[in-house]
Amino acid sequence: MANRVWVVLQHREGQFPRISWEAVAAAQKLAAELGVKAEAVLLGSGVGLAAAEVARFDLAAVHVADHDALRVYTPGSYIGALGPAIQAAAPAFVVFPHTYQTVDYMPRLAETIGAGLLPEVTAFQSADGGLVWSRPVMGGKLQSKVRVKGEGTVLVSVQSGAFQVDGATRGETGVKPLDVDLSGVEPDREILGYEEVGGDTVDLTKAGIIVAVGRGVGGADKMAPVENLAKALGAEIGASRPVIDNGWLPRDRQIGSSGQTVAPKLYIAAGISGAIQHLVGMKGSTVIVAINKDPGAPIFTIADYGIVGDLHEVLPALTEAIQAAKG
Amino acid sequence: MKIAVCIKQVPNTEARLRVSRDGRWVEEEDLPFVINESDEYALEEGLRIAEKTGGEVVVFSLGPERVKESLRKALAVGAARAVHLSDPAFAGGDALATGRALAAAISRDSFDLVLTGSQSDDVGYGGTGSVVAGRLGWPHVWLVMGVEIEDGNASAKVTREMESGVNEVSRVRLPAVLEIQAGINHPRYASLKGIMAAKKKEIATASPADLGLDAAGVGAAGSRLEIVSVSFPESGKGAQMLEGDAKAAAAKLVEKLQKEARVL
Repeated sequence: MANRVWVVLQHREGQFPRISWEAVAAAQKLAAELGVKAEAVLLGSGVGLAAAEVARFDLAAVHVADHDALRVYTPGSYIGALGPAIQAAAPAFVVFPHTYQTVDYMPRLAETIGAGLLPEVTAFQSADGGLVWSRPVMGGKLQSKVRVKGEGTVLVSVQSGAFQVDGATRGETGVKPLDVDLSGVEPDREILGYEEVGGDTVDLTKAGIIVAVGRGVGGADKMAPVENLAKALGAEIGASRPVIDNGWLPRDRQIGSSGQTVAPKLYIAAGISGAIQHLVGMKGSTVIVAINKDPGAPIFTIADYGIVGDLHEVLPALTEAIQAAKG
Repeated sequence: MKIAVCIKQVPNTEARLRVSRDGRWVEEEDLPFVINESDEYALEEGLRIAEKTGGEVVVFSLGPERVKESLRKALAVGAARAVHLSDPAFAGGDALATGRALAAAISRDSFDLVLTGSQSDDVGYGGTGSVVAGRLGWPHVWLVMGVEIEDGNASAKVTREMESGVNEVSRVRLPAVLEIQAGINHPRYASLKGIMAAKKKEIATASPADLGLDAAGVGAAGSRLEIVSVSFPESGKGAQMLEGDAKAAAAKLVEKLQKEARVL
């Protein structure tokens, strides 16, 4: 097996999300461990300008599969393009950004080409002649350390925010065409369109203070302490996904990877354990307060201030304290 | 339509966790186990489609003896029968090994649709359903928030969640594997009648040999991943923890927010 490291960048019409550059940083670091330079792979149609943007990083090559069938993402076309290319080059690792698109096709790609599958890593290090990978388990309550067994390519996805874009090395890289034969690929998914969810009638991105509530609130009829605190602070109310799924608050209040991304000056997370899908939507907040019964809740690892306790006791006390302070 | 639903039994995510003595996983003694959250939604979606189109749900699960309790619960809410991949050889598999085993079990029968949850709340690989689809050669969609069966059960219009509040709407031909996202519906509760009826329903067991699989190709032996340790992140790393009862902690917090963070 060749000692090569590939990174597949995700983009939409030539626009790269930040996590694609984080994946480049991760691939460069991984390649350095193996003593090689990483190579980027870009799929799409008419992506010359996008490829030039990737080529400004220090890589061995930017391989571009430019094909009309890759204009819109489908698992069938992406697996049809990447599968044979990975099998032919046999890189040790192929790095992906851990996005909803990647999770949609990476496992099936691994199965199709007989590669290993290592999703959502947050770090790796050399130990005892091999690599040890970190990834969250139990909804982020625990970190696991994982080793890869056996031979052959491993597909790895890197979690959002785990590798810093600043860590990516700039350089000048040549762009090479990657020939793909998609003639035998049957379309597996007919894309009918894309739709906005819920219409975002509440714009939480402009709120200066957000009181966000999680599963710990316990029910739609138990929101009063949350509403009272929000009123005392002049804050908007947000929520993590389980609250929305249970129908306790409308979907336009959802904060996280499938909801809104916010960065208020003050974010109070009450009864939210802190799954990564929520953290990515609020970790840019200036000051974060976490209130949770479970001292092991991952939300405390990113909070500035923490209180271990039942939100139904802490929030009323907090509302009173704020009203007293305001006189 | 005849629908296979794959469910996984996982520790209750609200439970207080302890690391096991060997440091490689959580201590399972006294830990409450439940059906994985998104799998419960997959089961409900399967029941609804079966009711609408006429047909039945067969539920599959891989895991030790305790998994029977979750299968019994699935039978109580309306699944017709269950298949338990119970052999110890299946244990410790990654998404590829587990997906291969489930696909082999499903392919012994003929189904129009396979539903799974989108991700397990324990290891969280998020790929098992896609691997099942790959093995069966059927289309798949991950993170499904809407399913409409169309065209005389020949295709489905599927809404898939993407990042930032946008959904992809697509059509796939059936049979297919749809990996259901939590929140797609409101799962029902079991009725007393359902619980009584479930006691008479069949839970078949299957070993690797029953499925025509080599034991070396399933479970931990057939996996590329090996978990060597688990640990808690440092609690409150970076966070100032405010002690005392609710009133005392709240008073300290307001003072900190005013004088230190200056956000009030």
